[in-house]
Amino acid sequence: MALFEARNITKQFGTQYALDNVSISVPEQCIFGLLGPNGAGKTTLIRIINQITGPDSGELFLNGNKLKPEDVMSIGYLPEERGLYKKMKVGEQALYFAQLKGLSKAEAMRRLKYWFKKLDIVDWWGKKVEELSKGMQQKVQFATTVLHEPKLLIFDEPFTGFDPVNTNVIKNEILFLRERGATIIFSTHNMESVEELCDNITLINKAKTLLEGKVSDIRRKWAGEEYDIVFEGDAVMEGNGSYSILHRKIEDNKCRIRLKTMTGTDTNEILSNAVRSGKVLSFNPALPSMNEIFIRVVESRN
Amino acid sequence: MNKINIIIKREYMTRVRKKSFIIMTILAPILMAALIIVPTLVMVNQDQDFKKIAVVEDNSDLFKGAIKNTDNMEFVYLDNVKVDDLKNSFEQAGYYGVLYISPELITTPNAIELISKKQPPIAVLQHIENSLEKEIEKQKLMTYNIENLDEIMKNVDTKVSVQTKKIGDAGEVKDTSTGIAMALAYIGGFLMYMLVFMFGSQVMRGVIEEKTSRVVEVIVSSVKPVQLMMGKIVGIALVGLTQFMIWIVLTIAITGVLKATVLKKSDMTEVTQNMTKSLMTPEQQEAAAAQPAQVNPDFAEFSKLFDSAMNQPWGLFILSFIFYFVTGYLLYASIFAAIGSAVDNETETQQFMLPVTIPIILALMVAMGTMQNPESSLSFWCSIIPLTSPIVMMARIPFGVPAWQLAVSMALMVVTFIVFVWMAAKIYRTGILMYGKKTSWKEMWKWLRYSG
Repeated sequence: MALFEARNITKQFGTQYALDNVSISVPEQCIFGLLGPNGAGKTTLIRIINQITGPDSGELFLNGNKLKPEDVMSIGYLPEERGLYKKMKVGEQALYFAQLKGLSKAEAMRRLKYWFKKLDIVDWWGKKVEELSKGMQQKVQFATTVLHEPKLLIFDEPFTGFDPVNTNVIKNEILFLRERGATIIFSTHNMESVEELCDNITLINKAKTLLEGKVSDIRRKWAGEEYDIVFEGDAVMEGNGSYSILHRKIEDNKCRIRLKTMTGTDTNEILSNAVRSGKVLSFNPALPSMNEIFIRVVESRN
Repeated sequence: MNKINIIIKREYMTRVRKKSFIIMTILAPILMAALIIVPTLVMVNQDQDFKKIAVVEDNSDLFKGAIKNTDNMEFVYLDNVKVDDLKNSFEQAGYYGVLYISPELITTPNAIELISKKQPPIAVLQHIENSLEKEIEKQKLMTYNIENLDEIMKNVDTKVSVQTKKIGDAGEVKDTSTGIAMALAYIGGFLMYMLVFMFGSQVMRGVIEEKTSRVVEVIVSSVKPVQLMMGKIVGIALVGLTQFMIWIVLTIAITGVLKATVLKKSDMTEVTQNMTKSLMTPEQQEAAAAQPAQVNPDFAEFSKLFDSAMNQPWGLFILSFIFYFVTGYLLYASIFAAIGSAVDNETETQQFMLPVTIPIILALMVAMGTMQNPESSLSFWCSIIPLTSPIVMMARIPFGVPAWQLAVSMALMVVTFIVFVWMAAKIYRTGILMYGKKTSWKEMWKWLRYSG
């Protein structure tokens, strides 16, 4: 069952559509990727989900019920550009945001201690935000976002500004939060993290939905034109009229060949050619990366 | 409601703990006191050095002896000496300067020069001018051949010092001082201007800070924009009131200290007066009673000022100040908040600031005019119209304002600030989440009319 649903959301700014009949459905305990190039309308959709702005038309549901103003309490939002008071001390600030989310001071304090320890930012408690690096600020913001243990978490570009180590820390925290029952929507340009984290995605461009579904389904669907053949030892295959060789790589005493087929090519023909070229270890349709799919989908529509 | 409190608390605490706030709060009354005391001290301790001034005339002795010597000025009349000869040598000869009077002085007012190495004090110039003016008048009168002119002149020599008394509604008479009322009007008007402007623009800066740092997105996902705006406005208002209250307490303390030291002094003068009285003959005592002020004129002047300062309607003044500060601040702060929400950074505020500053500056100018002429119709209207009334009314109150005018002005103020807060909230709600778009007045008008 979908924890969150947005149906036929339309939002106009003047004559320009920010969102044109966009729907998303986010299953419970799933990590949902909201993808799209800059200016596609992702942030507008996120703001509508947070009830910061209202849609011109369309409906929103949380847990099967229409979204109500009180529901912001069960949503945690990490905005793309970090929102912290620069001159305020980290600890005070975190407490302030927690209290605004309805936590008592004592409870907020208890949870903050837990999260600050977990994210390894305890030493920063008494520092002013402006003294922190961007990555540190982001950790603080992350802690304040998840503190009230909302059912639905929305992360807008959570990895920008993080080094690889901290990116990993945050990735693990996101997975951990899902384990604990949270549902996560996150928007990003980082397609690698989509492959690693996301169960489902929706790709929007120019206010419209271009692609949606399970990540694995999408990758399989967009496969089909390219194949990977792995040989034991060395092998040489040449292209012919029905397929061409994209690249050939030898490592660990194995030879990996990626080839692209013309439409209507019989895979058996390729395979029999391969068998003649060497000892075949595997023959698989090559799964395109999310990055490739993203670029192809967006460019084909432009 | 609970969330507004959390916001108010943050806005209040972060500001009150700032060093600049603490310094301002403590320093301002001291500066204010210094502003009053220093000029007084300067006046009292004016250059008391003894000055010997040479007086030279061109082949005549029209003004010989016209300038009387005083305690610290001696005028030495030099015959048959040329100014040019003295010019380089007067200092060696022990003179402070050379006063050169041309005989044309009777017809030409500036045919007189005081040559000195240093800028002569005003008191010296005034003494010379007064003496010579009198002398010339006398000489002119003499041409009419009036008998006993000297005696007549002595008889008509008069001094006037207006003592102002104000009659209250109940008919009671109070010593007042226009000077004190003017000072109070000035302080009231100017302080109001400063506080409203200072704290109003703090609201604006706060809003811009929240907008540019995107804090607002985080907060707006947990509270309504209007709550955030009101929390900020109220929080900063409390900061202003706190500061004002501390100022009042400090001022009362300073006044208390002043009064204590002054009272001591007055006791002592009374004692000495009584002692001298007992030593005097009855006639002398009568004479002394006839001119009591002359016993210690400095002190008499001071105590009179003090009394009339105490006679000002302080309660009314302070209560109205608080009222006009709160309402005027709310009015302007809401405008400032709306402006802050509409722009992306502080430099963009200028186009919106101008129309807002105009009424404030106008009010300040009218307030300064009010000190000269409290009853002018310009002052009247500006003290009724809400955008200018906080400043202008504060300048009028020390001179006395009819109750109905105060009531009308206050009622209008309340209505207006409610309307402005309501409008500002509407603009704020839309503006605070708009980025990267240059906002115009037209745009803001559109936001104002958005429903929902």
